[in-house]
Amino acid sequence: MRVERVIRDENDSFPVGMRVLAVDDDPTCLLLLETLLTKCKYNVTTTSQAITALKMLRENKNKFDLVISDVHMPDMDGFKLLELVGLEMDLPVIMLSANGDTKLVMKGITHGACDYLLKPVRIEELQNIWQHVIRRKKFDRKDRNGSGSQDKPYIDSSEAAGFGNVDQNGKFNKKRKDQNEDEDEERDENGHDNEDLSTQKKPRVVWSVELHRKFVAAVNQLGIEKAVPKKILELMNVENLTRENVASHLQALFLNLTDLVTKFRLYLKRISCVANQQANMVAALGSVDSSHLRMGTMNGLGNFHTLAGPDQIHNAAFTSFQHGGVLRRLNTPAGVGISGLPSSGLVQLSPVQNLGNTSTNQSKLQSFVIPGNHNANILQGMPMSLEFDQLQNNRAASHVGQFPSVDNTTVLPVSSISGSLIDAGCSNSPLLGVTSNSLLLEGSSQLPTLHASNLRDSVSGFPNRSTLSDFTSIAPASNELHGSKADIQNQASPISCNAGKIISSAPQDWNAPKKDAPYQSNVPSCSINSLRAVNGDMAQLGQCLNQNNPIFNRNVGFDFVDPLSIKCSEGENLAMEPSVIEKEGYLMVQPSRQGSYIPDNEGENFAMEPSVIEKEGYLIVQPRRQGSYIPGNLGSLEGLASAMAKPCYSPVFLAQTSSNFCSKGLSDVVQ
Amino acid sequence: MDVVNQLQRQFIDYSASLHREGFLDDQFTQLQKLQDDNSPDFVVEVASLFFEDCEKLINNMARALEQQQGVDFKQVDASVHQLKGSSSSIGAMRVKDVCIAFRSFCEAQNREGCLRCLQQVTHEYSLLKNKLQTLFRLQQQILAAGGSIPVVE
Repeated sequence: MRVERVIRDENDSFPVGMRVLAVDDDPTCLLLLETLLTKCKYNVTTTSQAITALKMLRENKNKFDLVISDVHMPDMDGFKLLELVGLEMDLPVIMLSANGDTKLVMKGITHGACDYLLKPVRIEELQNIWQHVIRRKKFDRKDRNGSGSQDKPYIDSSEAAGFGNVDQNGKFNKKRKDQNEDEDEERDENGHDNEDLSTQKKPRVVWSVELHRKFVAAVNQLGIEKAVPKKILELMNVENLTRENVASHLQALFLNLTDLVTKFRLYLKRISCVANQQANMVAALGSVDSSHLRMGTMNGLGNFHTLAGPDQIHNAAFTSFQHGGVLRRLNTPAGVGISGLPSSGLVQLSPVQNLGNTSTNQSKLQSFVIPGNHNANILQGMPMSLEFDQLQNNRAASHVGQFPSVDNTTVLPVSSISGSLIDAGCSNSPLLGVTSNSLLLEGSSQLPTLHASNLRDSVSGFPNRSTLSDFTSIAPASNELHGSKADIQNQASPISCNAGKIISSAPQDWNAPKKDAPYQSNVPSCSINSLRAVNGDMAQLGQCLNQNNPIFNRNVGFDFVDPLSIKCSEGENLAMEPSVIEKEGYLMVQPSRQGSYIPDNEGENFAMEPSVIEKEGYLIVQPRRQGSYIPGNLGSLEGLASAMAKPCYSPVFLAQTSSNFCSKGLSDVVQ
Repeated sequence: MDVVNQLQRQFIDYSASLHREGFLDDQFTQLQKLQDDNSPDFVVEVASLFFEDCEKLINNMARALEQQQGVDFKQVDASVHQLKGSSSSIGAMRVKDVCIAFRSFCEAQNREGCLRCLQQVTHEYSLLKNKLQTLFRLQQQILAAGGSIPVVE
């Protein structure tokens, strides 16, 4: 209500009456600030304690429009307050300090401050602060509606929704479901948007199946190395499509992928722990909670507490898997070591709760919401977790139901796949998981039987594009996933893998444990076998990754993995910088929201810049050390494209040594 | 009226001298501008707060610097930082300048230097307090005589 009022006021008297909360332990400054703000006609509330301020904010999130806070405070560091406010309440925060040191200013900005003022503060500066509120509101609205930015591919809506959820410790599952439903509706409505670009005020590009096909075809034609948005655009030759649209689409796919990767890694990590005892196909796809990650509990992974026996898993998985396409691919036993699907790591399809919550890393995983929409064969965030549930209970159906996205379009139950993948039995099975998830992304509803068997039908979330075989191959470096903590966090963008290629074939075969050559039985590495690209060539990903093996092997002939699944809501997501962390070969991509608080891991988050390569439908994310963030903006897409073009990585196998996993435990990953 | 004019002129001159001598800077003028019918005593209020705060901070610093066993320079620095912030907010230029020097001594963990600065700060603070009290008295007198406070640019 108040928000609405303010919005209304925007048109008439805003910024008059804008509600500001001023926090400063220095009484002189506080009084001065109060007077100045009142002079600007704002509605001011003051407190000298950060803790009080937080309390006030938490009481009623809509009570204030803006927060101004001093940096140096005795009870709490101003930056910390900044982060908390940004995460919990998503309000604009302005920092205030007598110290104008560039480093401090930088720190403020990186922590999410929308401005940094120096004392003594002047009235002229305060007169402009209302702009931050408007700007923020616009972004927020965009997030929630998933609309706005014309460049946002359809995927954005769900992603946006996913993002929007980041701030709320909500029931992600539920939200995802709702969102997915919404998305579907939206999709139906917006199906024609492509033509309406010009008529709309802010035309949104809807990446319909055809459009996406063209996109994929263009990329294939260009070749991975050359697939830059500009050229893709040219090849696609679609009217009213801009380079930005393409770039953002590319990025969305990538983000989804990275998200998937992260989830997968987490998953793998979890699995590794469990793996010791059994196959750990973790359908980690589901939300992965830190606690879940713990092998023992695995709660997070959609409950795949128990790596159910292979059979169980298989059934579950397959049932849930709606789209047979991918599954088919997975038929080749070899690769599909679904068992290893670390859904958690990769596909954190399940919405991550509390993305913003630094404390709960696990939940972060969940945030990978794979946009269920359309193209995205995205692994529906939820599915994954759900998968586990299914696994557990063999309630594939139910799980599927849970996936919000399980609607056709959605995604992948990567989790489901992962679930299935978790071949409980495999003690050594590293994690496959990923693959299944990603694979699953295959939108085609053909997943018949993943022979991996566990692909759940739920994976059906796959987007319609059956052709998209997006694999995110993540080659786990057979080591524990690196602190996916960071990854998980802010993992708002779902990673959608179109083809849901799953990478990492654990030793477990999907079909009845077929051990294909690539499997290394004890290896943590998962061979991703046959993650077939959409075009049906199951490339044998089967590479077991050994710890030291290069994670990505180049596979020739991959089609462009249509990273449809990578959803990226341009506006918001772009703001996220996925940070990719590579840990022992695992590429974890973690989008991080700008200014979002990444607790305790700042260092880790931005270690890598993954290059994503798509090969035969696999989206291989190639870790780069010390890279820069994956830029969240369009500009980066080209970089991304080129990164993607970088060859040499074959589908990544998620390999985790069970020992590694075990030792680390999910918590590690998450933390 | 003559009295008022006289007082006003006195006020203006005195203000100008304070500015000239560096006791006050432009920020103080801004404060004066903020004073209006809604907050008629604004400047006095802020100044009082500042004096209180200043005393408290000076005491903190003195205590910290007196520690024979080991001076907690971080704490001293925090106090100096705060003093710097409030002095700059009120326009107490000289106090602020001393704070700047004070901070570098803190960073260098130079106890002697800090003590010297503390002395200086105390001195400047007392001076300023006196000056401002005189200024405020003048203001009162003008108001009492029915005049208005002239705005000094």
